[in-house]
Amino acid sequence: MHYCPGCTHGIAHRIVAQMLDEFDLVERAVGMAPVGCAVFAYDYFSCDMVEAAHGRAPAVATGIKRVRPDLFVFTYQGDGDLASIGMSETIHTAARGENITIIFINNAVYGMTGGQMAPTTLPGQRTSTTPLGRDTKLAGNPIRVCELLSSLDGPAYIARVTVTNPRRVREATKAVRKAFRAQIDGLGFSLVEILSTCPTRWAMGPDKAISWLEEHMIPYYPLKEFVVAEPLRERP
Amino acid sequence: MAVPRGKRILMRGNEAIVRAALDAGCRAFFGYPITPQNQIPDEFARHMPEEGGVFLQAESELAAINMVYGAAAAGVRAMTASSSPGVSLKQEGISYLAEAELPCVVVNIMRGGSGLGNIAPSQSDYFQAVKGGGHGDYHTLVFAGWSVQEMYDLTRQAFEIADRYRSPVLILGDAMLGQMMEPVVLPEEVVDPAKLPRKPWATDGATGRKRNIINSLYINAPDLERVNLRIQARYDDAAKHETRYQTESCDDAELAVVAYGTAARVAVSAIEQARERGMKAGLFRPISLFPFPMKEIAALAERVKRILVVELSLGQMVEDVERAVAGRCPVHFLGRTGGIIITPAEVLAEIEGLGVEAKA
Repeated sequence: MHYCPGCTHGIAHRIVAQMLDEFDLVERAVGMAPVGCAVFAYDYFSCDMVEAAHGRAPAVATGIKRVRPDLFVFTYQGDGDLASIGMSETIHTAARGENITIIFINNAVYGMTGGQMAPTTLPGQRTSTTPLGRDTKLAGNPIRVCELLSSLDGPAYIARVTVTNPRRVREATKAVRKAFRAQIDGLGFSLVEILSTCPTRWAMGPDKAISWLEEHMIPYYPLKEFVVAEPLRERP
Repeated sequence: MAVPRGKRILMRGNEAIVRAALDAGCRAFFGYPITPQNQIPDEFARHMPEEGGVFLQAESELAAINMVYGAAAAGVRAMTASSSPGVSLKQEGISYLAEAELPCVVVNIMRGGSGLGNIAPSQSDYFQAVKGGGHGDYHTLVFAGWSVQEMYDLTRQAFEIADRYRSPVLILGDAMLGQMMEPVVLPEEVVDPAKLPRKPWATDGATGRKRNIINSLYINAPDLERVNLRIQARYDDAAKHETRYQTESCDDAELAVVAYGTAARVAVSAIEQARERGMKAGLFRPISLFPFPMKEIAALAERVKRILVVELSLGQMVEDVERAVAGRCPVHFLGRTGGIIITPAEVLAEIEGLGVEAKA
């Protein structure tokens, strides 16, 4: 894989690939790769893949799903792609209840372009375009995507997870499984936000990146299920 | 409701475009409201469900063209339509479609520009249409009719051409052609989309084949150059097979007016009047704007004394005409801008002013 050491893209890819196998979707899935570090995501999945323009993956996915509802359609997008340049597509795809699945990687920074401020960069966080730390008076406030989308009627499943330890990887896998289930059962839009590390752009080692995520990102971006359509709810 | 076929019926240009798309087997339309193309999404909203197709009003032109990208990637005949400012917004997506070698049809019912401009007929998007429009080393194949019937015929053929060359095809109309009503005859036979051949490159589920990837990213320069040259070769091929034009009274003409679309309709009236006054004027009307009828205009320039280009712009196609003429004869230009439709009287006055003398 082309990802940096300590980057959690690899784990996220593995979870998606595992679900493609588990639901036997490889022959009828189409994935959208984004612009950003996951731009080469099409190299890592065995199903058909489409490279989308920056931010437009949900619209491309909509086009495919509408003409071929029998296909399983998912996008894999970073925070700049999904929550900045593609926010319009994200919100409207969710509002339409488009029966697709989005895997949203939030690492609070633009990785590929060189560590610039993302829409999810935390207050005070240093990036190449907030060299003194994100001053919310100048650079605005971070966006909590799951909370924002939860106000809409279209989503069937929205959850935020992370992959910083084996237990959380298991929880993340469960969430992605439910998101896939939502689409397979035709319940509507599903999105799983995965809080992720970027040791390279955060300028810290992989271990420190994991603890930085836990100490700073999780308090701002709480891990939980925000929307769970009735058929997806676990029975006690 | 069944449409009468094989006999003359009255139809608006925008409606004819929709009917042509449906008859061509297009079953996916994604659009966004903008005047003066609004009857196109309105008609699709009504008729697409009857045909079992997809109509979706997107949240923006950006989204609409990317939905077309998705539908085209899945291998179906897909289309969007807009008017000038909206087509500017679609350019990003058109560039991606071109590089990803995806067929689709885009309609531009041009209005006055630049900026928000107005909603009156104009031809000021010619450069954008034929020179690429978005970023990168590509063109769209561009066709422009001058009647409602021709808008039907060209739109219908556009889907075949898009599939043949794996390229976006642009249909260029204007507020006049979109809004006016004229008699058309719809052919009896229509395309059944279920009978169209499956596209082996489409991302429609890797069942019984290797997976497909649709992409416009070629990080190694030699790879990108190879793809761009492959696409360029298709344009060369299209120049051989898809170049279209029409001439009127050109055989003995001393002055040829070169005009397309609405401007050509105005010009043809002026030419008739000029003929009545004994002036040997003719019309050369490009129908394919890319590929542009270069050789045919070069040959025309050998025969006539002057060429007058008439456009509803400040002079855009005239640059291609000059390129084709390459100094063989003088090239003059007459145009109006801002949504003003030039009149036959203005064109006639220009023809007279240029001094093409009647032969005894």
